[in-house]
Amino acid sequence: MNEALKQKNAKLVRKLLLVAVAMFGFGYALVPLYDVLCDITGLNGKVASSAVKDVVYAVDKSREITVEFITSLNEAAPMEFRAETKKLKIHPGEYYTVNFYAENKTDKVMKAQAIPSISPGLAAEYFKKTECFCFTEQIFKAREGRTMPVRFVVNPDLPKQYKTITLAYTFFDNTKIVNTKTN
Amino acid sequence: MSAVVAEHDDHHHDDHAHGPEKGFLRWIITTNHKDIGTLYLVFALAMFFVGGAMAMVIRAELFEPGMQFVEPHFFNSMTTMHALVMVFGAVMPAFVGLANWMIPMMIGAPDMALPRMNNMSFWVLVAGVLLLASTLFMEGGAPASGWTLYPPLVLQTGKALPFAIFSVHLLGISSIMGAINIIATIFNMRAPGMTLMKMPLFVWTWLITAFLLIAVMPVFAGAVTMLLTDKFFGTSFFDAAGGGDPVLYQHIFWFFGHPEVYIMILPTFGVASTIIPVFARKPLFGYSSMVYATASIAFLSFIVWAHHMFTVGMPIAGELYFMYATMLIAIPTGVKVFNWTATMWKGAMTFEAPMLFSIAFVVLFTMGGFTGLMMSIAPSDFQYHDTYFIVAHFHYTLVPASIFILMAAGYYWLPKWTGHMYNEKIGQLHFWLSVVSVNILFFPQHFLGLAGMPRRIPDYAVQFADWNMISSIGGFIFGASQLLFLYIVIDTIRGGTGEKVTDEVWEDAHKHGLEWTLPSPPPYHTFTTPPTVIPTEHI
Repeated sequence: MNEALKQKNAKLVRKLLLVAVAMFGFGYALVPLYDVLCDITGLNGKVASSAVKDVVYAVDKSREITVEFITSLNEAAPMEFRAETKKLKIHPGEYYTVNFYAENKTDKVMKAQAIPSISPGLAAEYFKKTECFCFTEQIFKAREGRTMPVRFVVNPDLPKQYKTITLAYTFFDNTKIVNTKTN
Repeated sequence: MSAVVAEHDDHHHDDHAHGPEKGFLRWIITTNHKDIGTLYLVFALAMFFVGGAMAMVIRAELFEPGMQFVEPHFFNSMTTMHALVMVFGAVMPAFVGLANWMIPMMIGAPDMALPRMNNMSFWVLVAGVLLLASTLFMEGGAPASGWTLYPPLVLQTGKALPFAIFSVHLLGISSIMGAINIIATIFNMRAPGMTLMKMPLFVWTWLITAFLLIAVMPVFAGAVTMLLTDKFFGTSFFDAAGGGDPVLYQHIFWFFGHPEVYIMILPTFGVASTIIPVFARKPLFGYSSMVYATASIAFLSFIVWAHHMFTVGMPIAGELYFMYATMLIAIPTGVKVFNWTATMWKGAMTFEAPMLFSIAFVVLFTMGGFTGLMMSIAPSDFQYHDTYFIVAHFHYTLVPASIFILMAAGYYWLPKWTGHMYNEKIGQLHFWLSVVSVNILFFPQHFLGLAGMPRRIPDYAVQFADWNMISSIGGFIFGASQLLFLYIVIDTIRGGTGEKVTDEVWEDAHKHGLEWTLPSPPPYHTFTTPPTVIPTEHI
């Protein structure tokens, strides 16, 4: 193989390797891209992870929507977790407060994070929370149980086809996880 | 060939004519494209039987409802490992093996552009597959999450998880090195006169496949690296507790996964386009449209990934986009099927084993394509999703397509590689047993899927019993039939029918490709001086 060809090959190999490395980076770039897309569109039942400002909406008394509350524990986290209200008939535009109860079943301090999800996913952007225990990591003392409120409103702009919205919370036991990102 | 010569201390002159290293060491240190091609092909055939044995475990367990032979967890490991071994251990290496053997001979090059990297990519592949296989013996068993390795399920894998992830890294590195080598060979090593649009379609399809590999294998490597850091280093890419999202994994995986399935089918198209004209004794119909169709399919493969995840909860606009984009793939694929059919039209056809397998490929791949079209329809996909219908679909596009074409390639080029003719009678028997049993095996799975039988389960409701039993019987016949192929390969290497084959082996094949202008078997080094006449019958 002559020198010219060797150099030509080496040049091509460098370029192609660069493509491979760039595509490895692209895989990681998909992570923020995905988050941005989900935040913009409210896709995938992802909801705002911080409180929204109190906005006064015109209450639509003529319309009634059922909101259901579901709780679950991730990987059998040693907790008790339930919604004190299972179901609520609401009017869009009016503020409501419902309570959830969570209890640490261990003898140690527990760090736990609740993750919300709204179904149907496309209704998520109309479901606004001004107060929620899911916005921050919750610290439970040994055997501590407490009642935690969620204050929410459904934007009256919610498209007509949605008659039921389900709000689901999953509690994750983060005690063993260090440096957890919470947002 | 200075790269080879450098390893021979006793050869001080740049000698093109020297033969292979003596003894076993030849196969470890070889940088010869024919030797490495053989290594890849033998390895792929071995893995085909390993993956096949796993499929036999699956079909034995599903022979009757209820639990018969294996634990559910082991069953799930079998479906996962069967897929990984077949994809990364059998089909992909087999095509790389064919590329190694044939591309230099088809474009009139003396060897691959980067012979040492060629050797390394093979041995990295072996290391990767062995590492993957070793997970079967680890505490907690092999990965059992399905080959897609979806979190959070895959994060529950026992000790095997990091080993499985590193094996994916090795397989990725091997594939990328192989792909770079193929691109460099095709771009820089073509004989004078062998313009891009004169290259055999096998070379063209591999060129495009190699670009797909370089583009998507790193993305998969990234996805599994995220799994690794999620599990062991406290990141939260896919962990909802830390603000991640498991659905993100599905997007990244299928951004790799959809081009990946075309990585397995495009070289298949190339081999079919090479074989069919020879046995139809006509030039390939629509050569340039074949090239453009291949490129179109490759491009489309990047923008349709979410059709694998219609049920995750996408907005209607997303469902519609991915539905129409997916349907678009039927157009270039249809161009190919019509071109193969038109090539056979009024041809003076003969039906030796390579042609039989190729014709079966055209028919059965089209069926697999049509079920794909059915599933591209987003609203009805909700019924098919994760049922045996999808299992039937992708097995139709892989077994009677990729695997059949690999068999065809074996029959087609074995006489060239060995200088011996294979036993046509046993070849025909192998074909008829395979083509009948593959349909007994996979066709009933369409019915099972439409009736709602989920995939990846070791037990099922009794209403699925009959079709499962028929499917299993087909599976056992298909599995056993493949032993005939093993026999034929060994027999041919050892002398075959004893008939001395000509250089062109198949009638007028020398008009279709440069490899048929070489002696059978070709000498250890070929085209050390470039060929002067470029055959153009394939265009």
